[in-house]
Amino acid sequence: MKAVLFIFLSFVSFSFYATEITVCETCEIKSIKKAVEVAESGDTIRVKPGIYKENDIVIKDKSITIIGDDFPVIDAEMQGTAISISAEAFKIEGFKIINIGRSHTSDFSAILVSNSTNFEIKNNRFDNIFFGILIERSNNGRIIGNRVTGKAKSQAHSGNAIHLWKTEEMHIENNYLEGVRDGIYLEFTDDTEIINNVCKNNLRYGLHFMFSDGNTYSGNLFENNGAGVAVMYSKEILMYRNTFKNNWGSASYGLLLKDITDSELKQNTFEENTVGISADNTNRINYIENDFKSNGYAVKIRGGCYNNVFERNNFLYNSFDLTYNGHSNENTFNGNYWSNYSGYDLDKDNFGDIPYRPVSLFSYLVDKTPESIVMLRSLFIDLIEFSEKVSPIFTPANVLDEQPYIRKIQW
Amino acid sequence: MVTVTNLHKRFGSQKVLNGLNLETHLPGIIAVLGPNGSGKTTLIKSLLGMVIPQKGEIAVNGKEIRRQSDYRKEIDYLPQIANFPGNLTVKELIGMIKDLRGKPARDKELIAFFGIESFLDKKLSKLSGGTRQKVNIVLCFMFDSPLIILDEPTSGLDPASLIKLRELLQKEKAAGKTIIITSHIMNFVEETADRILFLLEGVIYFNGSITELKTQTGQDDLEHAIAQILT
Amino acid sequence: MFKILKYSFFDLFRSRWSFVYFFFYLLLGLVLLFLNNDLSNAIITLMNVIIVLVPLIGTIFGIMYFYNSREFTELLLAQPIARKHIFLGQYLGVAISLALSLVLGLGIPFIIYGLFESSAIWDFFSLLVVGSFLTFIFTALSFGIALRFENKIKGFGMAILMWLFLAIIYDGIFLLLLMYFQEYPLEDFALAASVLNPIDLSRTLILLKLDISALLGYTGAVFKSFFGTTKGSIISFGVLLAWVILPIWGMLRLASKKDF
Repeated sequence: MKAVLFIFLSFVSFSFYATEITVCETCEIKSIKKAVEVAESGDTIRVKPGIYKENDIVIKDKSITIIGDDFPVIDAEMQGTAISISAEAFKIEGFKIINIGRSHTSDFSAILVSNSTNFEIKNNRFDNIFFGILIERSNNGRIIGNRVTGKAKSQAHSGNAIHLWKTEEMHIENNYLEGVRDGIYLEFTDDTEIINNVCKNNLRYGLHFMFSDGNTYSGNLFENNGAGVAVMYSKEILMYRNTFKNNWGSASYGLLLKDITDSELKQNTFEENTVGISADNTNRINYIENDFKSNGYAVKIRGGCYNNVFERNNFLYNSFDLTYNGHSNENTFNGNYWSNYSGYDLDKDNFGDIPYRPVSLFSYLVDKTPESIVMLRSLFIDLIEFSEKVSPIFTPANVLDEQPYIRKIQW
Repeated sequence: MVTVTNLHKRFGSQKVLNGLNLETHLPGIIAVLGPNGSGKTTLIKSLLGMVIPQKGEIAVNGKEIRRQSDYRKEIDYLPQIANFPGNLTVKELIGMIKDLRGKPARDKELIAFFGIESFLDKKLSKLSGGTRQKVNIVLCFMFDSPLIILDEPTSGLDPASLIKLRELLQKEKAAGKTIIITSHIMNFVEETADRILFLLEGVIYFNGSITELKTQTGQDDLEHAIAQILT
Repeated sequence: MFKILKYSFFDLFRSRWSFVYFFFYLLLGLVLLFLNNDLSNAIITLMNVIIVLVPLIGTIFGIMYFYNSREFTELLLAQPIARKHIFLGQYLGVAISLALSLVLGLGIPFIIYGLFESSAIWDFFSLLVVGSFLTFIFTALSFGIALRFENKIKGFGMAILMWLFLAIIYDGIFLLLLMYFQEYPLEDFALAASVLNPIDLSRTLILLKLDISALLGYTGAVFKSFFGTTKGSIISFGVLLAWVILPIWGMLRLASKKDF
């Protein structure tokens, strides 16, 4: 809010003197680079439709607004970064930026923002790029409604659609990010909101967090990525109403949590992932009202997970609801709905009268001998599973839901 | 009609037929007799191709029967135990066998002869043993084949039906058919059979008329003659 | 042969048992669909039922029919009909009526439910195809066993043992081998072992449609790359077909040698 107000105020203060510079093929100023050179802080550059074969457009310390009419194309012809900016209070809107060259040494991007504050990058389109929007050492930026479509084939030769490094208080909303390495990448980025974005068909992650605290992401869709979302080495992350879907592969998952503390997952949907959530070294995380539907593994709890709470989640038709490393349990799983639960509710209190054991013996076997997955749902497995449920030997006896819901939980 | 040469049949280690030879030329009623386990039924079933002998040849009407089925068009067979698919009615069973044979049949005439019209729409499982045997007989005789094989035809029949069966046999014989019968009722055999085949230890021990059997054993009663052979 | 088939078929269709079987599936389908209200869950439950019950019922039904219709068979044997045709006809009569009970019993509730508008139609369809295959396989096996064993109790015991072996014991041995040799690469072995048992193969074929994401994890990729390809599907169906044809062939061989 503070950021918005600040941008608003700065526009107001400059508007009196502001001029509008028009760029087109038949205009006096034919290139964006030229326009940027002549522009002063507070000016608006309006770019008419056409193809502008330009790269290395540099904006330094000028608070300007650049608006494309009907998506003029900036073709960087595989030569370096298209636009690089280091300024306060600027805005880039309505461009189509294509052909950013790949490099092993430099992170060439369509728009590079560094040491900037109070800016907005809105409704642009990016195609055939290396990095899309790369932002470093900046704060209070709004990245809204952009559309990135890449054709990434290998991780080593591709970049990220939105890449944030050492930034704060960013707002990323309604972007559509497809066919790159990571849809959104955050490193050392705090207090950022990521809302209603779509990350699809990306090589590595839909969203990737590293060392970034206090971020919120909600209402996003992560579909068919190498893996949905990886959240690593961070704390106080809020994850609400996201959908993780169809993230398939031998090392794939909907959400990877590694070294995460004091976070909350609420009302997310995990559907048809190889692994819904893989949690490793996570403490004090609340999993509330999430749907896990038709995943291979709904939740994998690996080592070092303490004081996590699973409550009011729906576990629906997963091949495995929960796998668990080790025998001690410091986490609670009470009051969820498990479609594999076969108990009864005689006292009609909406909770099953016998506890549910979400860890199956078979998951333990598959963990030891992956090939045994072919026996999934075989009668033999059902039989040993039954005897294990009666008297647990291999599976942790204290991992259980004392109050399993008898019906699917509505939230 | 039927030629059997050197027929051997063994069930496991138990030898049942042991180089049996047989030739039937003339029409008439042949009774196959012998103690229990002497191979009567095995011989009959070999003729029908239901039992497969280890060695030896069987020819019916001059044709080797091994792996054949068409020769059975010329044979009518009455099995020992008449147990039919229980949920069929008598009519359906007769219709089915007629359909399988694909040949005109005189079923109506025989049904009337044995007086089982009222049972036609009953299910076979609901019939008494005697009625079932009558159905069995109707099924057997209705095709008018030149060779008829009857395994214990008298079982379960009341005296009146027994007389009718005898009557029928005489009629068939008069029509020039060859009829092979096994039976334990010596009275019945004595009254119907033209020839006796006595089986013992897998071979034919005696082959001739009842009179010949009586003279040979010096007994004037068939039952005693048989008993004489066995001692 | 077709006459025998026709009569066996009608005989069974009039007997109470094939109706019991039919109504069992009808009820199962209705209960699963209308109490569950979730098609994919219903199909998973159905798969469990089909994989276990269809072979068992095929086995028991086949062996019971064979022993019960023994006198009828003898009646037929005395008729001018080749043995091959008698047994093939009876076998097809049993197998087709069982398969029909299965397909109709499950098909009707699913059609009422509005299956044709559902995306699960192919899962359901493959379920029925696999179920029919299993019916044909296990009926043929049980006929073979019935022909081999004169003694009803013995034959019945052997048939149940055969089912037990293919449904449970085989998997137990399979799992033990997997655990014992877990240091070795086992993908090819696991693949071969699951293809060779008709129950395992059927289960895998259906699972690839249902639990696909779980199977794709870890070594699942190997199975996917086998079963997912045209070659794999052809091999799978070839094996299922072989599981029908070989027992029939064995059954007819036994039949041609048997004394009645």
